[in-house]
Amino acid sequence: MMASKLYPDARAALAGLLRDGMTVMSGGFGLCGLPEHLIQALQESGVKGLTVISNNAGVDDFGLGPLLRTRQIRKMVSSYVGENKEFERQFLAGEIEVEFNPQGTLAERCRAGGAGIPAFYTRTGAGTPVAEGKEQREFGGEPYILETGLVADLSIVRAWRGDELGNLVYRRTARNFNPVMATAGKVTVAEIEELVPVGSIDPDHVHTPGVFVQRMIVGTGYSRRIEQRTTRPRPQGRG
Amino acid sequence: MPWKREQLAERAARELRDGYYVNLGIGIPTLVANFIPDGMQVVLQSENGMLGIGPFPYEGEEDADLINAGKQTITAVPGSSYFSSADSFAMIRGGHINLTVLGAMEVSENGDLANWMVPGKMVKGMGGAMDLVAGVRRVVVVMEHTAPNGTSKLKARCELPLTGQNVVDMVITDLGVFQRPDRHSPFELIELAPGVTPAMVKERTSAHYIARV
Repeated sequence: MMASKLYPDARAALAGLLRDGMTVMSGGFGLCGLPEHLIQALQESGVKGLTVISNNAGVDDFGLGPLLRTRQIRKMVSSYVGENKEFERQFLAGEIEVEFNPQGTLAERCRAGGAGIPAFYTRTGAGTPVAEGKEQREFGGEPYILETGLVADLSIVRAWRGDELGNLVYRRTARNFNPVMATAGKVTVAEIEELVPVGSIDPDHVHTPGVFVQRMIVGTGYSRRIEQRTTRPRPQGRG
Repeated sequence: MPWKREQLAERAARELRDGYYVNLGIGIPTLVANFIPDGMQVVLQSENGMLGIGPFPYEGEEDADLINAGKQTITAVPGSSYFSSADSFAMIRGGHINLTVLGAMEVSENGDLANWMVPGKMVKGMGGAMDLVAGVRRVVVVMEHTAPNGTSKLKARCELPLTGQNVVDMVITDLGVFQRPDRHSPFELIELAPGVTPAMVKERTSAHYIARV
């Protein structure tokens, strides 16, 4: 019987994994599908000088925002970092380094890194500032640029359901970067909303097979924060 | 009367075809969804990982796990699917999406697009724009014809850092529509907004184009 990958809480799950200057991948898109308990535990650990690979940088008081506020992040690798005043301040003051990656290139760099592919050619970014300093090569008469795969010292991801073997299922658009980042951590820690018995997830429906996950926790009290609440009026009832 | 926001979106919607898979950018492009003709099946893709975007949810039915690339709460239509960011950009980069509609700061006469950074100002990042223009089969830009200072946004060369080189197929501005038959040809002015004359467009455009109106 394999030892359970389940830890009692986020702090315990990160114990022994953290060191200053490390690289951390953090899943999520905007505030959707964020490993919020693990991010909080990172902040509370005081680990600093982090390079964080994450599509976005959170908002001022949620997501990666609090980690920025405490100046624990040295560098972000992201595709879009709006909606965060503290980030903007640090960026304009030259206090934080940012490497912008096109969103698809960022996703593919994680996928490649996790799949043991050191680099790949993509048309995305050819002829733009993103191509600067990168090898360029033509295929079929079109310019492509060489992008490298990414591997992180630690990946933190969020899933909906999981079992103790680390098999994960994501919910709706909370999937986003989580599956690719789960593959690209030297160690991957997952937080899940609901623990289900081993065998209860249909093997055909597993999104992230347990091999990619080393440790996990069950999160509670998820905030379900919404960045842009948009609705439409209900149709008027008859009579 | 130059076209307003809704009219720009309505004009862009006329580029949709039955069976298309389409990615709409943030802002005016998002409004294009409101003008999909009845009876036409168009599947909207969101680069954060779904096909089959539906309308905004009814109040009280918002789901934090269901958002579009603009981080707005949305719904899913029957037959929709969810997938990872890597799969999403495989669709985009791999040429599986038929059409994208995007905003722009500048478009050049040879189809270059700049829409992500102004040097010296806060740079928020390109998001998925570079992947979309690199991979989607047909790229339609919707923008104001001139910048607030009156200069043409359709110009000989982009001055801002590029999002993509030779990637734009159509430009819809408040004054009219410019189209290229292919990516080796110059833009042609093919339509004018009501009350706009060819001379008005010429006067406000610094790019070379062929007038077909």
